Amino acid sequence: MEIFRAHVLVCTGTDCAASNSVEIINTFNGSLIKHNLEKEIKVIRTDCFGACEDGPVVVVYPEGVTYYRVSLKDVEDIITEHLINGRFLSRLMVKRSEAEAELPVNVEETSFFKKQRRIALRNCGLIDPENIEEYIARDGYQGLAKALTTMKPADVINEVKISGLRGRGGGGFPTGNKWDFAAKQVNETKYVCCNADEGDPGAFMDRSILEGDPHSLIEAMALAAYAIGSKTGYVYVRAEYPTAVKRLKIAIAQAKEYGLLGQNILGTGFEFDMEIRLGAGAFVCGEETALLRSIEGKRGMPTPRPPFPAIKGLFGKPTILNNVETYANIPVIVHSGGAEFAKIGTDKSKGTKVFALGGKVNNVGLVEIPMGTTVREIVYDIGGGIPNDKAFKAVQTGGPSGGCIPANHLDTPIDYDNLIALGSMMGSGGMIVMDEDTCMVDIAKFFLEFTVEESCGKCAPCRIGTKRMLEILEKITSGKGELSDLDDLERLAVAIKAGSLCGLGQTAPNPVLSTLHYFKNEYISHVVDKKCECGVCKALTNFFIIADKCRKCGLCAKKCPVGCISGEVGKTVFEIDPAKCIKCGACEEACKFSAVIRK
Amino acid sequence: MRNDFPVKFDRVCEVLDKHKCDPNKLIAILQEVQEEYKYLPEDIMTYIATALGISPGSVFGVATFYSHFTLEPKGKYVIKVCDGTACHVRKSEEILKVLEKELGLSGRKKTSDDMIFTLETVACLGACGLAPVVVVNDEVHGSMTKEKTIELLNRIREQEKQENNK
Repeated sequence: MEIFRAHVLVCTGTDCAASNSVEIINTFNGSLIKHNLEKEIKVIRTDCFGACEDGPVVVVYPEGVTYYRVSLKDVEDIITEHLINGRFLSRLMVKRSEAEAELPVNVEETSFFKKQRRIALRNCGLIDPENIEEYIARDGYQGLAKALTTMKPADVINEVKISGLRGRGGGGFPTGNKWDFAAKQVNETKYVCCNADEGDPGAFMDRSILEGDPHSLIEAMALAAYAIGSKTGYVYVRAEYPTAVKRLKIAIAQAKEYGLLGQNILGTGFEFDMEIRLGAGAFVCGEETALLRSIEGKRGMPTPRPPFPAIKGLFGKPTILNNVETYANIPVIVHSGGAEFAKIGTDKSKGTKVFALGGKVNNVGLVEIPMGTTVREIVYDIGGGIPNDKAFKAVQTGGPSGGCIPANHLDTPIDYDNLIALGSMMGSGGMIVMDEDTCMVDIAKFFLEFTVEESCGKCAPCRIGTKRMLEILEKITSGKGELSDLDDLERLAVAIKAGSLCGLGQTAPNPVLSTLHYFKNEYISHVVDKKCECGVCKALTNFFIIADKCRKCGLCAKKCPVGCISGEVGKTVFEIDPAKCIKCGACEEACKFSAVIRK
Repeated sequence: MRNDFPVKFDRVCEVLDKHKCDPNKLIAILQEVQEEYKYLPEDIMTYIATALGISPGSVFGVATFYSHFTLEPKGKYVIKVCDGTACHVRKSEEILKVLEKELGLSGRKKTSDDMIFTLETVACLGACGLAPVVVVNDEVHGSMTKEKTIELLNRIREQEKQENNK
């Protein structure tokens, strides 16, 4: 094996690749040859570190120094300064939170990483996802080897039960119990399926695991197959994730080549093979029964449960279905034991959870935290707070099925049960931070638009009910709302929750209920005062020119398409006639002195 | 137009053979056929139905259920504006408005008459770190502003012009 004195890890996740990171790798390789260093320093293409906002990210080991926002012209500097002269390039190192006194040298010491504990993301950003040997070097396939050679299928299930692992995709059902149901079915054919149809807007951890550590999914599915007695697996991946699909295909081929998939795995006689199925763009296919219909080549419409898939699933056979993040924990649980995993987390929620932190927060990216970490720690310590000194308003979790957590609940420890008690849910782990400029009525409307669009139309409460709710919200945001609308919204919401067939419909009203609960004052100001304080709902916004700031240049009047701004250039302060204004915002854009405001 | 069909059906037959005319593979078959034709022509869907031994209604049912399938041809450049939550709170709507205005397209009219541009919105591409995001064909453009959007359009138009001049 070749030994290198330093390793340069370059992230090629979707976000970083969009910022040219592949070119950066080529430039590094070219420059290293130029400096005669190609035998001393190795450049490795990895996947997401989770610090997506500040990409492209380059980490140099052995020191573990992280450079953010690296451009092509920085490559030469990194080589000459850091790799040749041994001096860190402080201009590319970033203080990611006020809590950091000085520039952090090692990536793991940054406040962004310090409170994290990476289990599901253990290999993301550290290994080359297209090289099975790097996965094996990080204890990969050890769990599978241990299970096949020293454990009975029931022992594997027992280990998963002891770990207390619950489904990471939505409901939080105990994984071990699910496997147990399927294992107890007597049937020649059983299936192991993976839900990689990550449809929640704002969640991208499954994509990152598939792109950064695809072998952990393969190993976990093989373990699941061994545990329940299955020979065939299906991975249902969103077609929106082409890189993930490509890497998974490479990983499956490599695993076959190494005898870790196929017949007689590790010489034990155990047989398992898996196929990829591409989703075709239907959010409802994240629901388990709908997903199974879609793998069968049909319209992805949910069917009533029971029978549960563990009894009668894909092609009518016993089937287990878990999402990518759930599976990514399995190899660790089997390899180091369930009890070790159960030490992390809270009483009823064990282990860690990956959140996709996004929206109005300084450090956007993937964070994996032990269950029980508070919302405040995530937003302020890891996320580095809100940009531009704006005030925090809420975080939204659980996507279109979840709700908002307002400022007075910032210190709630995150676990499945606490989130449900707050009227939200874990969901797949999107966590969108909202600041004072985010209108909560607009957010509720946004999610409802999404569910109306994505409702499969099978059952009436969801198909018709969500549409009626959206109409009421549109009425409110266009300034025609009445107080009775708020009661109607709530009544409809309760009926839809109770009457819908699948999880999509049953949770669709949550964003409305939760915003109504915590931000009723915003609804009331929309309905009674006809005002949107945040200036988001156009019909309820008025534009004003602040007299003190106006430099009398007249640019706004020039740009106004309806000629509603009057004044004399250089002489008088300009004014907007609210009766004629069509609220297009052209004046606000045109003004170079920020004299136009919306209220 | 009709004269093209014998050639065109060859490719459908290849796809059908590859999947052994298995009705369970219908979605994969439609995906590959759409890859070839850029949309799902009606005649071809009927042909697939016959080959798989299922009703044309089942094929149309699947083709209209999933948002990736299109029954109409799309433009050369498919521009997708992400309207996931992270992009939404970072004002993706303004980007969409700019594109609609520039391209003369709207929610109802999605493809330009010269078949160069198709404008769509999409719910979350999972590139939330770069919000708001615009994707042109498969190329991701992140942290978009109105100005960057117009620049991007101009670049594509310029490229088109050069290709036409060749």
